[in-house]
Amino acid sequence: MGVKSIIFKPKFLVYLGCFILLLFLPRVLPIYHLILFESGITFAIMALGFNLLLRYTGLLSFGHGALFAVGAYAVGMTGEYFPDLYRIEILIPIALLASLVVSTIFGFICVRHTRIFFSILALAVSMVIYALLIKLYHITGGSDGIHIELPIMFGKSFEGMKRFEFLSGAYYYLLICVFAASTIIMLAIVNSPFGKALQCIRDNEVRAEMIGIRVRRYRLYAFILSGLFTGLGGAMWSFVNGHVTPEIAEWMFSGEIVYMTLLGGFMVFEGPIIGAILFTYLRLYAVTMTQYWMFLIGATLIILVLLLPEGITGGFVKLVSKIRRTPSTGVA
Amino acid sequence: MEHWVIYILNGLYFASFLFLTSLGLSIILGVMGILNLAHGSLFAIGAFVAAWIVGAFGSNSPITLLFVGLLAALGVAGVVGLALETSLIRPMYKRALEYQLLITFGILLLIEDLIKMIWGGTAYYASKPFTVMGSLSIGDNQYPYYFLFAMLISMLAGLSIWMIMSKTRVGIMLRAISMDREMAQAMGIQVGRLNTLAFGMGAALAGLAGALIVPTTPALLGIGMDPLILAFIVVVLGGLGSLKGALVGSLIVGETRSLGIVFFPEIELPLLFLIAVIILVFKPEGLFGR
Amino acid sequence: MLKVKELIKDFGKVRIINSVEFEVKADEIVSLVGPNGAGKTTLVNLISGHILPTSGRIEFIGRDITFASPYKRIKMGVARNFQITNLFSDSSILDNVRSCLFSVYGKIKRGFLPANHYRAITQEAIDILDLFGISEKKELFPPSLSEGDKKILDTAMAFALKSKFILLDEPTSGVATGDKFKVMDTIVSAIRREKMACMIIEHDMDIVSDYSDRVLVLSEGEIIADGKPKQVMEQDNVKEILFGVRA
Repeated sequence: MGVKSIIFKPKFLVYLGCFILLLFLPRVLPIYHLILFESGITFAIMALGFNLLLRYTGLLSFGHGALFAVGAYAVGMTGEYFPDLYRIEILIPIALLASLVVSTIFGFICVRHTRIFFSILALAVSMVIYALLIKLYHITGGSDGIHIELPIMFGKSFEGMKRFEFLSGAYYYLLICVFAASTIIMLAIVNSPFGKALQCIRDNEVRAEMIGIRVRRYRLYAFILSGLFTGLGGAMWSFVNGHVTPEIAEWMFSGEIVYMTLLGGFMVFEGPIIGAILFTYLRLYAVTMTQYWMFLIGATLIILVLLLPEGITGGFVKLVSKIRRTPSTGVA
Repeated sequence: MEHWVIYILNGLYFASFLFLTSLGLSIILGVMGILNLAHGSLFAIGAFVAAWIVGAFGSNSPITLLFVGLLAALGVAGVVGLALETSLIRPMYKRALEYQLLITFGILLLIEDLIKMIWGGTAYYASKPFTVMGSLSIGDNQYPYYFLFAMLISMLAGLSIWMIMSKTRVGIMLRAISMDREMAQAMGIQVGRLNTLAFGMGAALAGLAGALIVPTTPALLGIGMDPLILAFIVVVLGGLGSLKGALVGSLIVGETRSLGIVFFPEIELPLLFLIAVIILVFKPEGLFGR
Repeated sequence: MLKVKELIKDFGKVRIINSVEFEVKADEIVSLVGPNGAGKTTLVNLISGHILPTSGRIEFIGRDITFASPYKRIKMGVARNFQITNLFSDSSILDNVRSCLFSVYGKIKRGFLPANHYRAITQEAIDILDLFGISEKKELFPPSLSEGDKKILDTAMAFALKSKFILLDEPTSGVATGDKFKVMDTIVSAIRREKMACMIIEHDMDIVSDYSDRVLVLSEGEIIADGKPKQVMEQDNVKEILFGVRA
């Protein structure tokens, strides 16, 4: 299958269409919604990484919040301590490097286990990051966090500009490009021989070992890749939010990551993307609607788990296949 | 020297309610294979119920009220646990891990706000029993009798759980389930009912632990979050479903915290997580795990 | 090719495998038969490296593999199937076999180009499925296959590892009686074609006798007969053990 045949696949055309739509979004969407949407996109980058572990490797991490925080704090702390490096083309590699280091260490510890033990261990190591962010306050700003300045982007300074102008302008297009690149890279990974190997491990680790796949090592690779996407999401999010606090490293946020992925439907590649964007809106509407927003979110979650476990995309796929299977009687 | 005694005794007090919390978590995890993220919320329910009772009937003797509060907390949390198991948790046993975790996460969110709806966002104080009990002099230092009382209650509760688990039919069946679910089912054990019981028992223990803490800390929203995380560490340290593990794990965590707060307050919490992680790397099943 | 010398395996105080010795030559198909509980699967696990022996020696192409890891043995060319089928249930039939090939060709680490891009490997996977007569089911997932097809796929995966020696643990267990010979035909003809050495483990002598060059009989952890199928069947002790006939 060559490049040409990929280009003419309908799925590719849909992707291209979505990308073009995204490019025009700032012209139609009010700024408030645009920024909310951007926040959703950064979560989507993270959720892509999270789902590489959940869907394609069969590992449920309950500590991805910490990896998200690593990306975000890499930006914040570079700004604090190395202001000369505060350029987005340097900040992103720094965030990726920090995520690489942390996720390698975390992965090394966590992939010794699977199932619930993996989840608990991921939670435990993530809380190390949370506790450090809180306690080492003279370095990390403690629970107050760190303010994120507008970065220099490809030589252009945005000093004096309002954040919303920055976010609805140049930054939006950068974010969309990063998001598109992340999606394409992740799509490539999950369909590659390596991705297939991960799925073999997920399905049957004993047999995977017996066809010559080094199970634990591949799980580690998956964890690291997942951490890189999550860290990238965190770095991109920090600019949108303008402020980073330890809350994102706490396990509650890790729980929200699981939630958004399942909301979109983790069985479908695009599910987590949709889930992340929807969750951003859902959470904000719940918070603005009632002081009991946790109740609302919790109730939605329980209903989702009980009634629509495949998530939105999974439910959609099910519906479509049901309609297709039913012979079209009466309808011309 | 006397300072050390105080630090260690403080650690024991800390360990005592941690033991109850993690024992409950451990029973639920061991028997049902479900990590109950809402365990901290059951702890919070216990705390609020006890604090409310001690505060609302202020004219009575604080000690009597405390006993009533402890029992009520145990009962309310237990009943909530039973209700949760039969309604929401039960459909989850056959489902994948992610759904089991998410449903308890959903319950956590629900309960946190339910507490807010019932008791409002204000703090409830119940320090009377604490002051009434007075304190023991150790050299120049004072050590509250209440801490000893809490340890006693915790030991009694632990002892009764141990009796139930090792001496009664129900306990033996519960242990059989936690060892091999399918085998237990094949042997004709009614796994369904025992699940409900285990969840109720675990919840009641969490509630009792929550009640024990309120004479020293006001009941606040989110009061269950820290104990939940610490209980995770205890369970991880001690090994799944092991009573001995829960006890030793609580002692390690309790003492590390107590001494940590004094000597290296900055890294006391990260240190705890690090200890847990290191133990897990070398002994994946925990200290007393199978 | 494969030499087993004085192999002993104890589980606690029980000796499951008692100083077993045999040899399998290149492109030879040997059957290992014996009643249930004779230690057949234990022997397979010892050769594939899933468990380690108490004492003794296993050599493969002149190299000592007694304590080598399963991974190392696979890389040297020892493959196996599983008595209870052991497939990648959420991956397509094609991917089940193709992943084996990616692993063999050292392409399993490639993380960027889609698997379909590797056309030669994909074609080879289809060819293997063809050889085993299940290529038209390549888009399906294992749970939707019949028990016989699952067995065939399991063997096809061991086959795809391009091993020099393949261990087949009861390749027809769970298959309907009428289909057993069909499954054996498919599997054995594929193995003969590639000139692989093979050891088939079976408790039913009838199923394997027509397909094997040589038969080993295992009873209570010891090899009690070794020879051409016809000769072995004539031996009195074999008759007694396998058919319950007293001579």
